[in-house]
Amino acid sequence: MSEELYAVLTFQAGYNTSIVLAGVIALGIGGGVIGVFSFLRKRALISDAISHATLPGIAIAFLIGIALGGTGRNLALLMAGAATTGVLGVLCVQWIRDYTRLPEDTAIGTVLSVFFGLGIVLLSHIQTLEAAGQAGLNSFLLGSTAALTAGEAQLIGGASLLTILIALLLLKEFGAVAFDEGFAAAQGWRIARLDLAMIGLLLAIVAIGLKTVGLVLIIALVIIPPASARFWTEKLGRLVALSGLFGGLAGWTGGSLSALLPDMPAGAVIVLAAATIFAFSLMFAPRRGVIGWAVQRLKMRLRAASVRGLLAMADGYLPPDGLSYQVIRLRGYIDGDARITESGRRAAAKMRRQDRLWQTYRTRHPDAALAFNPLSGLRIEDVLSADIIAALEGPAR
Amino acid sequence: MTAADFLSIDLPAILVAVLSATSCGLLGNFLVLRRQALIGDAISHVALPGIVAGFLIAGTIATLPLMLGAMAAAVVAAGLIEIIRRAGRLESGAAMGVVFTTMFAIGIVLLEQTGAANAHIDAEHALYGNLESTLWLGVTGWDDALTWDALSQLPRQLITLAGVTIAIAATITAFYKELKVSTFDPGLAASLGLPVKTISTALIIVVALAAVAAFEAVGSILVIAMFICPAATARMLTDSLSRQLWLSVLVATIAGVGGYVLAAFGPQLWGDADSLSAAGMIAVVAGLLQTAAMIAAPRYGILSRAIRRRTGRLDLPA
Amino acid sequence: MSPPRLIPFESRQPRNYTAPSPLSIRGLSVAYDDKPAVWDLDYDAPDRGLIAVIGPNGAGKSTMIKAMLGLVPALAGDVRIFGSKLRQARRRIAYIPQRTSVDWDFPASAEDVVAMGLYGEIGWCRPVRRRHRDAARDYLDRVGMADFAGRQIGQLSGGQQQRVFLARALAQKADLYLMDEPFAGVDAATERAIVNVMRGVRDAGATVLCVHHDLQTVADYFDHALILNVRAIAQGTVKDVLTEDVLQRAYGGRLAETEIRAIARSA
Repeated sequence: MSEELYAVLTFQAGYNTSIVLAGVIALGIGGGVIGVFSFLRKRALISDAISHATLPGIAIAFLIGIALGGTGRNLALLMAGAATTGVLGVLCVQWIRDYTRLPEDTAIGTVLSVFFGLGIVLLSHIQTLEAAGQAGLNSFLLGSTAALTAGEAQLIGGASLLTILIALLLLKEFGAVAFDEGFAAAQGWRIARLDLAMIGLLLAIVAIGLKTVGLVLIIALVIIPPASARFWTEKLGRLVALSGLFGGLAGWTGGSLSALLPDMPAGAVIVLAAATIFAFSLMFAPRRGVIGWAVQRLKMRLRAASVRGLLAMADGYLPPDGLSYQVIRLRGYIDGDARITESGRRAAAKMRRQDRLWQTYRTRHPDAALAFNPLSGLRIEDVLSADIIAALEGPAR
Repeated sequence: MTAADFLSIDLPAILVAVLSATSCGLLGNFLVLRRQALIGDAISHVALPGIVAGFLIAGTIATLPLMLGAMAAAVVAAGLIEIIRRAGRLESGAAMGVVFTTMFAIGIVLLEQTGAANAHIDAEHALYGNLESTLWLGVTGWDDALTWDALSQLPRQLITLAGVTIAIAATITAFYKELKVSTFDPGLAASLGLPVKTISTALIIVVALAAVAAFEAVGSILVIAMFICPAATARMLTDSLSRQLWLSVLVATIAGVGGYVLAAFGPQLWGDADSLSAAGMIAVVAGLLQTAAMIAAPRYGILSRAIRRRTGRLDLPA
Repeated sequence: MSPPRLIPFESRQPRNYTAPSPLSIRGLSVAYDDKPAVWDLDYDAPDRGLIAVIGPNGAGKSTMIKAMLGLVPALAGDVRIFGSKLRQARRRIAYIPQRTSVDWDFPASAEDVVAMGLYGEIGWCRPVRRRHRDAARDYLDRVGMADFAGRQIGQLSGGQQQRVFLARALAQKADLYLMDEPFAGVDAATERAIVNVMRGVRDAGATVLCVHHDLQTVADYFDHALILNVRAIAQGTVKDVLTEDVLQRAYGGRLAETEIRAIARSA
């Protein structure tokens, strides 16, 4: 089993398998890249509405395909149908949100379930037409790489790459709108158009990925990689790159595993691969991960306690609460008899001086951007120049 | 169609549909007002792994372990969403997306891997239900219907749903004030001594209960329509919470009956013998009702607002 | 010679345990991320006082109230209300938040909202009866909103909404009223209503603490003040606090000399 897995991972398991894997990887990267924008705009679940709204489109495209004389399972046709009702779905969400008193989450839920219901109705009709055709369409719900032909995989891969390219071209604009909508609008950029472009790209990825990952889980590919990447960086460029990397990784490992397990819906395996990456990022990312953040928070509480304690000592009082007392004791600033030690006296005097200077500065410049921040661990000498400090220490104004 | 056909095939299905829609619709009012409409989406998705886990642990497909499994999954999901939201500083939509897709994927994997696929838990039916095979055996006509013999053979889902619906209605009536204030102003609720977090968690558990009970009938995805559409429709029509609750029940009933009838007998109108998916049709009818309300509601509908704007009679605050 | 022993921190500003103050804060520090919003705040509210909490923008005034009520987590600090911790004393507090934090679309009329203040009295699982509704209408009448009892709250003007919340606070029959910028953006009628209610509850024995935005009117409405700029600058009667020296320290470059003098004169 592990030899087979190795072969698949390194693209040595046969042309078909390798092409399909390449397509899945491209899809993963595409989902990761494009998902960053809806993620940053805090509209991650709009993709859920899009994905569920594609079902009626697929069914209708199938029926049209049959009517035109084919088997109705031409992937490009089905994707086009999916995209069409996907667009309609999004427009409905915007319409409900903008013109009624209903909030966006209700709008998304309505569109999601009602369009999906319509799709189910159409599927049930198709079922009565020909039993065999239905099985092909069912794979759209949960996804399957097993049924993917090389040609279809190439279509998926190519379309994904195209989508990624367009997203990268619009990177600057998307970034500005995501981080500061007001500024972008003032600069003259049309927010509505960019939002539409973002949704269009989301739509593309959803339509492209439907057959592989299935419509229930495709949204995982546009939500989980960006969420994972967010733990590692705050810079937009790196975020996009990392998110694409994570998506591709999920596609590579998940797609390979699923190739060896043809009974297992591919979507589920790929999503679990992505989720593993997420869990790792959540826990272990240096500053924003849970562990890193807990450590930061602890450091800040300890620093605040130390400042609190030193300032109290400078005035002749014991540290005010349990934590600050412990910190001061551990540093050897107080002895067991509630007397201040030599090092404690010096530390307290230093802290008192810092505090006085900051207070004076803040009194004279209450609008100053740098407020007194005992928690940053900075000294005033690190922040202000020597002559300003001398002026603060000098005779009062 | 004979009375026997109607009573044994259609009536139970209609009742199940109406009860599902009602129990979910009632709860949906609070979900919509709390801006938690998509929790219904999340819970419907995580019901699958919960049910599979319940089956694996209990070894049978009896209703109780499956229900408990789904409710446990809902609580786990809600907890994970909250943890990820706080610890990861993610917005709630993204946190929900991460959690429910992952749990759903786990459910799929469990389902396929452990042969549960052989035990009547079919992924597709889990998604869109099996209303059509809700049958009332042992009844042959209207005179028969109310005999103890016939009633004891009512389909299990129907009895479960009836119980769940009554329980939900009773709970909402009893705790109406508490639900109202904790939804509108959690700060005030806390200062009145209400355990706001407990109420939130309890609401989620009850939502999971309703979702699972309705699950068998209409599948997990369409349960979302039942949570949202009746409540959203009622919301467009009134400014009073109690009236909104009643209206949502009315809309749910119309959707349930109308959807089923349309699916079962509609195709005959255009010469097709086979019926369509009842669950899907119910969702569609619910959506149409909501659309009608969004457009034509007397006070808040788009049409009436446009008309009032034209005639200059827009209500401005005094 | 060894240095003298350090004395307990409590003695810096000892608490009165026999006649506990309505609000007693020691060492409250609240930080967002790693920036302090409130730092090392000590405060004792006078009994039956009308207290204004003032300070420049971003000075931590709202944060102080929210931290007191447990709505935001504090880094450190001890808050006692009538000598008890928050959990025991919750029923004695009525809080009117800033208007922006409410969902005005909620299906509730003015009467409904005021009735919510009575839920504590009514008890769990019991319905709201006619006499409760009548009482709610009485409270609305006291703030001049009796005619709007049936109106959905989203359809009221800003000042009217404020008055509804005032009526609700009255219905709670609290001993300590906390208000966050109640006078911001309200019309004259509402302003009068708020002042009347404040004085009424004070005369009946309660204490009122308001985050106030307008220095010019502090002396008109309040008899005590706390000036906050992340740290406490001054506290006491309005006369003691609104001096040129204190105002200079608190507001420094943000107020012109003439303004400072005018405010000090008004005290």
